[in-house]
Amino acid sequence: MHKLFSIKWVLIALLFGLFAPGEAVAEGEISAGLFTANNVWMMLAAGLVFIMHLGFATLEAGLTQQKNTVNILFKNTYIVCVGIITYAICGFALMYPGDAWIIPGWLGVAKGVTIQTDAAGLTTGYAGGGYTYWTDFLFQAMFAATAATIVSGAVAERIKLGSFMVFTLVYVTFVYTIAGSWKWGAGWLDALGFYDFAGSTLVHSVGGWGALVGAFLLGPRLGKYINGEMRPIPGHNMPLACIGVFLLWLGWFGFNGGSVLSADPALTSRTLMTTCVAAAAGGLGAMFTSWFVSKKPDLSMALNGILAGLVGITAGADQMYMWSSLFIGAIAGIIVVFSVIFIDKIKIDDPVGAISVHLVCGIWGTLAVGIFGDMAGIGQLMKQLTGVVAFGVFCVVTSFVIFGAIKATMGLRVSEEEETMGLDQGEHGMVAYNDFTTRSTH
Amino acid sequence: MIKIDAIIKPFKLDAVKDKLNEIGVTGITVSEVKGFGRQKGHTELYRGAEYKVDFLPKVKLETIVAKEMEDQVVDAIIESAQTGKIGDGKIFITDLKDIIRIRTGDKGKEAI
Repeated sequence: MHKLFSIKWVLIALLFGLFAPGEAVAEGEISAGLFTANNVWMMLAAGLVFIMHLGFATLEAGLTQQKNTVNILFKNTYIVCVGIITYAICGFALMYPGDAWIIPGWLGVAKGVTIQTDAAGLTTGYAGGGYTYWTDFLFQAMFAATAATIVSGAVAERIKLGSFMVFTLVYVTFVYTIAGSWKWGAGWLDALGFYDFAGSTLVHSVGGWGALVGAFLLGPRLGKYINGEMRPIPGHNMPLACIGVFLLWLGWFGFNGGSVLSADPALTSRTLMTTCVAAAAGGLGAMFTSWFVSKKPDLSMALNGILAGLVGITAGADQMYMWSSLFIGAIAGIIVVFSVIFIDKIKIDDPVGAISVHLVCGIWGTLAVGIFGDMAGIGQLMKQLTGVVAFGVFCVVTSFVIFGAIKATMGLRVSEEEETMGLDQGEHGMVAYNDFTTRSTH
Repeated sequence: MIKIDAIIKPFKLDAVKDKLNEIGVTGITVSEVKGFGRQKGHTELYRGAEYKVDFLPKVKLETIVAKEMEDQVVDAIIESAQTGKIGDGKIFITDLKDIIRIRTGDKGKEAI
């Protein structure tokens, strides 16, 4: 006779549940299920940070001229590829030397240099059950490439492709990693008590300083400043720019959410809340500031405002609450509008506002940890300032050296003729929108 | 035969085309152009900075008609393209040397 519900099977299931392996855990140890949950979240976060590269690519393409679109996309494609590879070959080891310091607290490289692990790296023993060694590498690799792509927007439309590729290779492999080891690699800034939850300083200001030096050394695009007067060079595709910013916001769910380094419900949910509140506040802050300043609301400023809020909250996303996140984001949104206008005024041509979003708001976000939230206090504020200055000095000096060396050897900027005809033609011999028409043909 | 070029406001194209069809004009060519006359350009805004855009989008309409139709066609275009506001456009009339139909080789009035 066929019964739907057999008592025999219920008893068997119960007995199996009682004796199932992996559920009985020792005191303080993490269960296999929880380890899996944590690691899955971290891998998902790595994927979300990865998608930020698509965000950067589309944002930069949208805010620059059509004749340079292939070049912009090519640079962004290169960055994520070279970032992952260099991080695997030595970047991860430079950023996280463990106890293999050469100059303690300042410079070290983990044993083995290239990514490798024994069985212990795949167990709960590796990172308290938060993730495995490979997940650790991958998540952090996505961050490394993000620092480089910030530079690409500021130097767009006039930097030589090869020169940019060389700069990126050196900057991501050595500058980002060595500076990053000072805090996340348990170096001297970490010992000092400096705090950067997900990288307002370590990622965004590192990219921002490189962007500033690059844009300064390159000089403005042709036609941007005529007889001392600034003539805007509008981006060619606002829809792409908008898509880019929303992809970046989506990616930030992983950028900040994954920086919790586990799937801890309390920490991750709070972090995602602060992140989104700051992004929204940044968007509104920039929207209304640009409306007030320019009499009409500027979409590109509103989009920059969202990013400004995100960058601003990144240093302390796990330390803030709702109002602190709102203020940090809103202030970042206001700052970014004035910063974009100011940077233009001092004749530094930044086609996408990278310096304003990532450097200026990265510094704001870092300092905000000493002003708002759980770590607020004058002592912490001083520590934050120390980190800002240390990174500033290191990144500016190294950027000058790298860009300077490139300028002296292979040259930094394309010829005037090439810049006029467009880098797509000059560097790639390609057109971005072949056969693209904007009106119906019938 | 005469060639009539008309620069008109883009949104007036359908009205002009319908009116020309009504009076028996058999073919027109249309292109998107930009230009300015006494209608000034306008000011645009980008990231906190204003800049002047001198050129305005217009539509250029070309058609070939028999000389006898000149007044009719000009009146039709004016009536359908006019808004009364600055920037309505202009009509240019030139004498045409010849016109040939590619498919058949017809020339002159046959080819209109």
